[in-house]
Amino acid sequence: MAFTLGLQRSGNTLGLIGLVGILVALTTLPRIPTWVRVLLGLAILLLSVPIAGFANTFVFELGIQIGIYAAMALGLNVVVGMAGLLDLGYAAFFAVGAYTWAIFGSEQARNFMRGHFPLPGEYMYLFMGIAVVTTALTGLLIGLPALRLRGDYLAIVTLGLGEVVRILANNLDHPINFTNGPQGITPVMRPPIDGFRSLMAHLGVRLDQTTDYQLFFYLLVLLMIGLVVLVNVNLANSRFGRAWVAIREDEVAARSMGIPLLPTKLLAFMTGAAFSGVMGVIFAAQRTFVSPESFTLLASITILAMVILGGMGSIPGAILGAAALTILNLDVLKTFSEFVRTSFPQIPSQVDPAKYERLVFGLILVLMMIFRPEGLIPERRHRSEMEEA
Amino acid sequence: MLEQILSILPQVIFDGLVLGFVYAMVALGYTMVYGVLELINFAHSEIFMIGAVVGVEVFRYLAPQVPSGFLLLLIALLLGGALAGGTAILVERFAYRPLRKRGTTNRLVPLITAIGVSFILQDLVRLIEGLWHNEFFLRMRTVEDLEGSFELFGGAIFVQTKSLILIAVSMVMLVGLTYLVNRTKLGVAIRAVAQDLSTASLMGIDPDRIISRTFLIGGSLGGVAGVLFALQYTTVNATWASCPASRPSPPPSWAGSATSPGPCWGAWCSASWKTSSAPTCPS
Amino acid sequence: MRKIGLLVAGAAALGMALGQANVIKIATQSPLSGPQAALGEQIKLGAELAVEEAKARFKALGFDLVLVPYDDQANPDVGVANANRIINDPDILGVVGHLNSGVAIPSSEVYARVNLVMVSPANTNPRVTDRKLPNVNRICGRDDVQGPVGAEYAFNNLKVKNVFVIHDKTAYGQGLAEEFKKRLEALGGKAVAFVGTEEQSNFTPIINQIRGARPVPELIYFGGIYSQIGPFVKQLRERGVKTRLMGGDGLDSSEFVRLAGKENAAGTFYTTVAGPVSAFPKAKAVAQRFKQKYGKDMEGFGIYAYDAANVILTALENAIKAAGNKKPTREQVSQEVRKVKMEGLTGTIEFDDKGDNKKAKYFVMQVAPSGNWADNKLIRVIEMAAPGAK
Repeated sequence: MAFTLGLQRSGNTLGLIGLVGILVALTTLPRIPTWVRVLLGLAILLLSVPIAGFANTFVFELGIQIGIYAAMALGLNVVVGMAGLLDLGYAAFFAVGAYTWAIFGSEQARNFMRGHFPLPGEYMYLFMGIAVVTTALTGLLIGLPALRLRGDYLAIVTLGLGEVVRILANNLDHPINFTNGPQGITPVMRPPIDGFRSLMAHLGVRLDQTTDYQLFFYLLVLLMIGLVVLVNVNLANSRFGRAWVAIREDEVAARSMGIPLLPTKLLAFMTGAAFSGVMGVIFAAQRTFVSPESFTLLASITILAMVILGGMGSIPGAILGAAALTILNLDVLKTFSEFVRTSFPQIPSQVDPAKYERLVFGLILVLMMIFRPEGLIPERRHRSEMEEA
Repeated sequence: MLEQILSILPQVIFDGLVLGFVYAMVALGYTMVYGVLELINFAHSEIFMIGAVVGVEVFRYLAPQVPSGFLLLLIALLLGGALAGGTAILVERFAYRPLRKRGTTNRLVPLITAIGVSFILQDLVRLIEGLWHNEFFLRMRTVEDLEGSFELFGGAIFVQTKSLILIAVSMVMLVGLTYLVNRTKLGVAIRAVAQDLSTASLMGIDPDRIISRTFLIGGSLGGVAGVLFALQYTTVNATWASCPASRPSPPPSWAGSATSPGPCWGAWCSASWKTSSAPTCPS
Repeated sequence: MRKIGLLVAGAAALGMALGQANVIKIATQSPLSGPQAALGEQIKLGAELAVEEAKARFKALGFDLVLVPYDDQANPDVGVANANRIINDPDILGVVGHLNSGVAIPSSEVYARVNLVMVSPANTNPRVTDRKLPNVNRICGRDDVQGPVGAEYAFNNLKVKNVFVIHDKTAYGQGLAEEFKKRLEALGGKAVAFVGTEEQSNFTPIINQIRGARPVPELIYFGGIYSQIGPFVKQLRERGVKTRLMGGDGLDSSEFVRLAGKENAAGTFYTTVAGPVSAFPKAKAVAQRFKQKYGKDMEGFGIYAYDAANVILTALENAIKAAGNKKPTREQVSQEVRKVKMEGLTGTIEFDDKGDNKKAKYFVMQVAPSGNWADNKLIRVIEMAAPGAK
């Protein structure tokens, strides 16, 4: 605890890396009583990070991004990790979620329907629910044809359909302007937080313009992560979770045990999609800007790399993977870039470390597959499978 | 509208044919690997790209020294094929073989590795070109000998000399590949490995060597296609090949014969669609 | 855990380097790597030169002036992520950027949270300033003037009626092409087609479409960036299509000639909001220093970035004086920028209530046959106030 408090003083993102390390240690180290884990974990997430955030709001930004990606990694974890269906177009669901709110939470909707748009910010909570439905439906639409295929073919088809969603977003600005095409939608409404402000004031926290929404979204994302983890854990231990694992291990055997293949796979697909849909809504509101360029193949692969790094099927693994890659991408590579730019101006500008995230992701994928395919924090069942193979 | 479409139709068909030859050579590289390993080699598009980049560099540095454009192109094709094939072997040796040796049964594992390799190759080429020339877009140098053009059927089809070269080279490559797969010992071995790897190894075939050769052949085909593509379309960069639209996916039934016309037909269909979709779909 | 330890050590070392007293930093954000690096680098170097030249002046006031270049990769996601880093460095008091309007719009929303001033040398999309953010300014013109200027030149001077309009499906390219089309049709011309393409290498389909288009287009207008238009022109000319071509300021880079080939690029018309060195007598000496220092020719956006940086620096000096030789707040700098009235290389710079330059210049240019970008012919200069300004 003293260590964590010490880190806050430094006020830069390095503290956050340390916190992630402690959180990982908390979840993986054996022989710590559960209540200690919970208490320490909550203390770090609810006290240490916000205190660091007030010193440097970039910590909040990182925390929010990590949270959004962690929830998506958990969603993809259901699809890839539990059910063993390789989905290379996962960012499409994120896009559907983000656009669901962006269109109605901005003036965009005026282009094709009557009513008072933008909808007031409170509607965001409602749209988090609606996004679950729209993304699950998209999952159903994509899954129905795609999930009849296996392995490689499924990967190719999801890759294609993922691009289809991005290209639709890019082109649905005519004949009727739904998505505003490549220009993107901005500004997107945020929920009003007067209540939150006064609550914080009661708690003795002074907020200013730069920190109020950041803290609010940080806590909202934390809450969502909590929910997502809860759903995830329950699913993993449910009838469906066991059915998914059975399909992953052996489709033929699973079917002969009476598991209906297509509906079970579809359910995995839709569950995964719904997670990223909710986060898409938060993403749109937090950034107040949505454009098709955020939902490329690279985004899908990034989320996949998070799941692989942490360990397919493993819940703490997915969160760790999301934290590690987001920090790497948003902070470490960028800091390194700034360092290179200012210290070695003679290096050609095309050689910018921040631009080589593909190289890093590629290396992570290949090295993990060769040396530790079960991931950093392996799921128990997966580990035994990989070792035995 | 219809009249307009009809008037450019011959040109569209011809352009589709040209692009189709490039696609066919790339698609054959995909299918050969798929045949022996049942792996969609995502990194193959980068092998193609490496061929194109090598072609550009050869033209950049050798054009002043080499008097004849055709000789220059020959050097570019040889070097492009060799380097692309070499890269393909290295990829197989250091990324795919360790997985095979461990005997992983999970089919996601090699697939994810392939995606990773594809990303690594893209950025490596970008890194090299960045350090070397500080360029992102590489432009193929124009060489006069290869630049001629003429019109057919009263202007209905505009033909460039380099398109004809492209078709000729691809034909030679495709015929050569047919011969290699059907008539040589290596071809028999490749087909045997494709049908059943373990039985083939019982028959005295070293599967590792054959797989490595398959990567070499597929990779060189892709590299040659890359050089021809760069010559035809003049600008390349490290990430363009990975765009899914330019990724002809292998048709499912390869069934042991590398010369099945399947991939070629698939390539031509998708190429003609690519060249024709824009003019006919008003946006 | 060992890896994390390494990471922490590395980050600590980097963290140490940051955070000194009495340092004022100016950030640039523009694409420094990737397809549009040639334009982005001009922005960075132009601003860098201005900062280098002001260092001594600021030293006398007791401040160390530093330029921090950021690479937004022409990608809104990266731009916003960088912006979040920028607002958390308290030493950064101004931003020169961006190149792409699609990046500038969301990024400036982030700067607005802390009232960090942004002066844009290159963003032409009307929405950049139409949102009326108090911290967003630009010294260049707007697409809703640039597009029409191009259309009027094409219709009145080139006497063309039928134009084939292409755009690159980005906020910038599509916006510009739409403005062009609107004015062309208002004048009585006709857009034979209005096509968007993301294609980077194979332009055969569009070229075929141009060859088959009826009525025969007398001009092709391409709203996009040189990286796409260059190879397009090369393939177009190789296929024997001689139709004249016109573009916007995205074409304003010598890279265009490299990608298209000298003989294919020659004669291309383009409108730009960042005039060449030859258009500004005062820029000559600066361009020489630029060439000496960086071994590159100063192009339009370099000049505008130089001016944009100087706007911020002038405002900074005023703010420092007003604050009694103390480091001013970001808000003070933002307010001072709006009050600036200065003679830059490009003419008088002063901002209206939206942050547009009161009088911006628009240029119609033609690419020279020599292939030397500085030789490009300046056909006309139009000075105009931004539409809708008070």
